[in-house]
Amino acid sequence: MINRTIAPEFKQIEEISLIQASPRLLDNGIKLYVVDAGEQELVRIEFIFRNVNWDLLRPLQAYATNALLIEGTSRLSSFHISDSIDSYGAFVQPEYSFDYSSFTLYTLSKHLDAVLPIIKEILTDAVFPQEELGTLIRNQKQKLLVSLEKNDVVTRRVFNHSLFGNSIYGHVVEAEDYDRIDRQQLLDYYKKAYQPNNCTVIASGKVDDNTVSKINTYFGSDWKADDDFTVNSFHFAETEGGIFYTEKPDSLQSAIRLGQISVSRTHPDFPALQFLNTVLGGYFGSRLMANIREEKGYTYGIGSAQVSLLNAGYFLIASEVGADVCSSTMTEIEKEINLLRTELIPNDELELVRNYMLGSFLGSLENAFSHAEKFKSIFLSGLDYDYYTRYIQVIKKVSSEDLLNLAKRYWHFDRFNKVITGKK
Amino acid sequence: MVKFDRFTLDNGLTVLVHEDPTTPMAVVNILYDVGARDENPSQTGFAHLFEHLMFGGSINISSYDEPLQRVGGENNAFTSNDITNYYVTLPAVNLETAFWLESDRMLSLAFSDKSLEVQRNVVCEEFKQRYLNQPYGDVMLKLRPLAYARHPYSWPTIGKELSHIEDAKIEDVKGFFKKHYSPVNAIMVVGGAVKTSEVERLAKKWFGDIPSGDKYNRDLPVEPIQVEPRRLVHYADVPVDAIYIAFHVPAKNDQGYYEADLIGDLLSRGNSSRLYNSLIKDRKLFTDINASLTGSSDPGLMIIDGRPSEGVSIDEAEAAIWDVLGQLSDEPVPEAELNKVKNKIESTMVFAEMSLLDKAMNLAYFEVLGDADALNKETDRYLEVTAEDIQNRAQSIFRKENSSTLLYLSNS
Repeated sequence: MINRTIAPEFKQIEEISLIQASPRLLDNGIKLYVVDAGEQELVRIEFIFRNVNWDLLRPLQAYATNALLIEGTSRLSSFHISDSIDSYGAFVQPEYSFDYSSFTLYTLSKHLDAVLPIIKEILTDAVFPQEELGTLIRNQKQKLLVSLEKNDVVTRRVFNHSLFGNSIYGHVVEAEDYDRIDRQQLLDYYKKAYQPNNCTVIASGKVDDNTVSKINTYFGSDWKADDDFTVNSFHFAETEGGIFYTEKPDSLQSAIRLGQISVSRTHPDFPALQFLNTVLGGYFGSRLMANIREEKGYTYGIGSAQVSLLNAGYFLIASEVGADVCSSTMTEIEKEINLLRTELIPNDELELVRNYMLGSFLGSLENAFSHAEKFKSIFLSGLDYDYYTRYIQVIKKVSSEDLLNLAKRYWHFDRFNKVITGKK
Repeated sequence: MVKFDRFTLDNGLTVLVHEDPTTPMAVVNILYDVGARDENPSQTGFAHLFEHLMFGGSINISSYDEPLQRVGGENNAFTSNDITNYYVTLPAVNLETAFWLESDRMLSLAFSDKSLEVQRNVVCEEFKQRYLNQPYGDVMLKLRPLAYARHPYSWPTIGKELSHIEDAKIEDVKGFFKKHYSPVNAIMVVGGAVKTSEVERLAKKWFGDIPSGDKYNRDLPVEPIQVEPRRLVHYADVPVDAIYIAFHVPAKNDQGYYEADLIGDLLSRGNSSRLYNSLIKDRKLFTDINASLTGSSDPGLMIIDGRPSEGVSIDEAEAAIWDVLGQLSDEPVPEAELNKVKNKIESTMVFAEMSLLDKAMNLAYFEVLGDADALNKETDRYLEVTAEDIQNRAQSIFRKENSSTLLYLSNS
């Protein structure tokens, strides 16, 4: 009989190998990065544009431009564009985030020749038809009405504004903002933002020389470059701490979000802060989950994150908890923060998190797309692959003393902004 | 093409192995052949609550998560109306840890009262977070019992009501484990940087001496054929009216399922699809509209859900949906349009092969349906559907007497 009480031997992860993106240059100077890996005959091509010219009077210009890219070119109607792309079994995905707007194509390699010309038209000759803009505004205004009924959405809006004010990170979108979008605004923004001098391309999957040369054929020429834009740049002060409460008397649960301005990925402390964050609320066995879900049963889930943006980093804790245990949850969160500020993390827990994070990093390198994501994280922060070498070193070496010092320096519960929507 | 080896232990545990040397990771996926459909109608939500309890310690190992995280692994699980599925990803060098943990909880749980008490609370909070404290969150709690008069698909996996979860007893937990959690009722798939011979050795070592248990014989009430349209009007504090129409469609193993799935794609996959293009873009009657299939092992549902634009009456909105559905019954779908949705299926299948975990889960699910190799034949089952099949299927699905309509209307 085997003795089931004894765990099998295990090994710490020694070797983690990243497939590095190889840099190329298109004829017009666009930077193309290639992750060529995988067995399947498919490719993902991502066109990334920085968000520029932030204007509080036109807060949705970058979003709406991105969303309407596929809604018509001077030659193709909205239906024609989507019908052609769909016909080749390809997928396109416009995506807008705080710092970047991107446009991604997923296709089987065999259809590249048919699909790339359409993508070229979308990125160089979109016309933003008035009728399609009207549909977008109508749909989004109604979606906004619905999402404002969700406590977690309201909480996120209030929290972001409390940290980031009227910047692109903090602006609270209202229905009137949609009414302020006009077609000319989008055409102007498109001309400034969607052009070679503001574009990076990342291709992953089966990307051989032939594919690279196709990308160059379509995007390496005939695309007017321009320097007439201002990259968004913000500075944020650390928060003083405050409570932001929105009462919803009928709520069964309250959504909570707490945190403050912190450092971004470029700061030397960032990897160790990610470690500290993992201990607190970054994995299923974290202290917040162990205490507030697994010990007390107050919530379905609670987590924390150390987030990196181009112009800021921030730290947050978020959950949705039973309305009757909201204040108890806040008390427990404060306890957990203070514990990390006053007591060393026991060695056993330290080693567990170390191994967990290394395994999790290894597991995040599943396929060509995930290697491309890894490149994106560093490239978009202005870092190179040395970052990961250092990250892995920190995860392997960081000590409980280091983490105690970080918690003391970065985490002050009284200086967190605390947002609650529901009942206190 | 997802290749695999298969063997069965003496106690009846089926094991599939998918060798994938392109990754340093391994996946261990265990499917138990039990879902919400197997619950007692007065104790609904139990299969899902039980899934939570599977993490509360087993007979010889007090914590499931901690030792797994210690070797760099992660895990999760889900419960559907049909199955309960547990999965672990970990560095392949530490594969044996997953066997140790999974075999011990298949052998027996610790059945701790504390774990039951806490997880009852956690699941109640999940119920609130996902179903009760969200606008339209309780739609499936209303639509399922409208569409199913007898079959246990009439409740969602979370259960009919909070009290069923609050009332769960430790004796019920023990009984459920004995009935469903045993080698003959499980399928294990191991994938990634593994070798079949090594998996076989580990499987025998850790799972070989677990008593086989009794095969659970599913004998569920068959849903009678619906003969009249059903309708429910519900008022709630939501900002916008919404409409849901559910139609009975064939079970996953039936060729008719693939026809229905393609019909769903014709209706609402991508911006060139019929519902999107006709009702949002052209006629501007809706701001959002979708068609989806529950994709279940027993005959399932196709659900059309939409939110009418401001100022559009619910009657006009409903009639407009039927216009679009009627076209599929009245006229054969043009060849090019049918090829479009088939091409989309084909590329989706190729993209899906990039994820090791997805491959392992799919192998397990098709194995419980009868044969894991059916995963590799799925594309062909879609490709063989003709325009005539689509029209015939549409005629059989889109009949008023096959529909259950929920009008979810705003109080304001």
